[in-house]
Amino acid sequence: MKFLTLLTAGMMTAAIPAAAQTDIQWWHAMGGRLGEVVEEIAVKYNASQDTYNLVPTYKGGYEDTMTAGIAAFRAKQQPNIIQIFDAGAATIINAKGATIPVADLMANFNSADYIEGVRYFYADSDDKMIGMPFNASTPLLYFNKDILAEVGIDGPPATWEEFEAMAPKLKDAGYQALAQSHSPWIFSENFHSRHNLQLATSNNGYDSTDVKILYNNDAMKMHWGKVKEWLDADYYGFYGRAWGDNQDAFVQKKVAMWLGSSGSFGGLAKSAEFEFGAAELPYWKSVTDEPYGTFIGGAALFAMSGKPAEENAGVADFMAFLTSPEMQYFWHKETGYVPITNAAYELAKADGYYERTPDAEVGITQLTRRGGEWTKGYRLGFYVQIREVMYNQYENIFSGSSTVDEAFEAMEKESNALLDRFNASMN
Amino acid sequence: MKRVQFEHSPIPYLFVAPQIIIIVIFFLWPAGQAVYQSFLLEDAFGLSSRFVWFRNYSDTIFSRAWLQAFNFTIIFSMLVTFLSLGLALLLAVKANEVIRGASTYKTMLMWAYAIAPPVAGLMGNLMFNPLIGDLYSLMNAIGFDFDHKLQAADASFVVVLISVWKQVSVNFIFFLAGLQGIPKSVNEASILDCKSSFRRFWTITFPLLAPTTFFLMVINITYAFFETFGIIDTTTQGAPGGATTTLVFKVFQDGFRGADIGGSSAQSVVLMLLVLGLTVIQFRFIEKKVHY
Repeated sequence: MKFLTLLTAGMMTAAIPAAAQTDIQWWHAMGGRLGEVVEEIAVKYNASQDTYNLVPTYKGGYEDTMTAGIAAFRAKQQPNIIQIFDAGAATIINAKGATIPVADLMANFNSADYIEGVRYFYADSDDKMIGMPFNASTPLLYFNKDILAEVGIDGPPATWEEFEAMAPKLKDAGYQALAQSHSPWIFSENFHSRHNLQLATSNNGYDSTDVKILYNNDAMKMHWGKVKEWLDADYYGFYGRAWGDNQDAFVQKKVAMWLGSSGSFGGLAKSAEFEFGAAELPYWKSVTDEPYGTFIGGAALFAMSGKPAEENAGVADFMAFLTSPEMQYFWHKETGYVPITNAAYELAKADGYYERTPDAEVGITQLTRRGGEWTKGYRLGFYVQIREVMYNQYENIFSGSSTVDEAFEAMEKESNALLDRFNASMN
Repeated sequence: MKRVQFEHSPIPYLFVAPQIIIIVIFFLWPAGQAVYQSFLLEDAFGLSSRFVWFRNYSDTIFSRAWLQAFNFTIIFSMLVTFLSLGLALLLAVKANEVIRGASTYKTMLMWAYAIAPPVAGLMGNLMFNPLIGDLYSLMNAIGFDFDHKLQAADASFVVVLISVWKQVSVNFIFFLAGLQGIPKSVNEASILDCKSSFRRFWTITFPLLAPTTFFLMVINITYAFFETFGIIDTTTQGAPGGATTTLVFKVFQDGFRGADIGGSSAQSVVLMLLVLGLTVIQFRFIEKKVHY
């Protein structure tokens, strides 16, 4: 009996320091090195103040994390902060009452503090930010400097026309010219932004869930017709859907250039045994004279509703900490993701970071290029399924089982059926 | 006729209770939930919900992607079932005849039994990797223009191969046990009557193995329908062009990745009915031919 009392007393004293702090649960999808940096952020935040204790939990990939968050919300066990990726934005933002907009949550919030290409993607149609962009990335062209020098090409292509001119030289030297890791993101969504093309009705889906997809357009069909030609001519390598398999082809010098994410920089620096550089995503001169900016990919942090006020205050406090120039600069340097605020960008510039590593700036330059009507992003429901439809149709183009026209028609039909379902689920 | 009344003791109920509870918690309750959800269209977070009758079903059954998955699942499960049963039977018969080093042979053939489908899938994926995969290079070296990342037939070959390889050892164990259960006297008697071992096998051994074969067929179809999920998920993920998407994988894609709860519930109800129907057919028509 005495022993039990002692034990209970011991447990209670042990529990006191933890109870004095408010726990803030953060579910994220950052594995590997990125996960380690997330842990470092939590340690830094917890050391910076005594009121809150931030607890990051890795929940698997983007889809797994979203599913875990949804299941938890339905069971009223949701975390305070959840990381949701670009394709899931419509799912969480259209679920009114599932989250607290960061613009409401944080005191003195001013969206003008954020970089142009970052500001709108996770915002509503009035440009009010709902989610806080966290790992903000943009598609970039990585090129193997050694191979380009060997073949006698000065630099990476700025346009696809230039690419077409250099691809045969690379092929003659025994290399495939190009591979890329995410055709919906790079060759579809950002393709539209880069050329300032509308990709869906209702203001790219921002104004309403009653929306139709516009991927079945001439510029897209022209582009994919070309990609198919490149594939057949062995200028383009397709190593499957998986991100890493295509990146590996670049790392193993099978392909001279690879389209990946600005966030791939850190990983490439570790794995590539050659000198590589980063350049902006090429565009078609025949579609636009001057390229437009791209919008961010990656994911954002959302403050989930239904939590006590003191925990919400902690979420706001952490978001303020996370968006401070110092933390953004830290995240930018460690991972290659772009800093999301102008102040952080200025800090990195002032520190001379881009003079030391010019490649790290390419992503931001691209994101801050001139904006157009259709460069803010898109908001489309069941977009995970739509991406699946796109992957399927692109593979059909590649394998030759569909023509480009057939594939885009099928894509339009199936995507619109999904959008119609999503719209019905919201009303 | 006078009805005989027996005194009922509650003890038998107590003994079956654990099993009943497990079935209720892990089957009846979730299945009921799926049926309920399949009539609702709601946003992922469950904030708005609407009763939509059979819309989820019609959206499912009339979609091209679902029909494609349905066709693939049928062909895939037939191939996996017959190939893994056939191979296992052949191996079991041959291993049963081996006298020297018999247990070594048998152990080696049972080896793969301990491997979980996702692990088998990961291994297969590595072997078919276009950059470093040995089997991929081999297929191309012997003259096939093999590209499972783009060609539907090649991708199907990969998933069938891995699924069969994984299942052969399970079937092998059962067939071997079945063969050893056939009385020696029956075999000896048949040797006197017929010289051809081939005919002896089909007229004596195979019919005596029928109960085992039937049991394995039911198990293998269930395996091909459901458990191969781990293999598909770690290899093709349904690619290329949705050509290797099984019905279960599609439920997962739409429900767990795409957050379409109503749609994936409807798909799982359809799948449940399908497997139920298949099992009924097996027991009504095929089992009649089995002599225990």
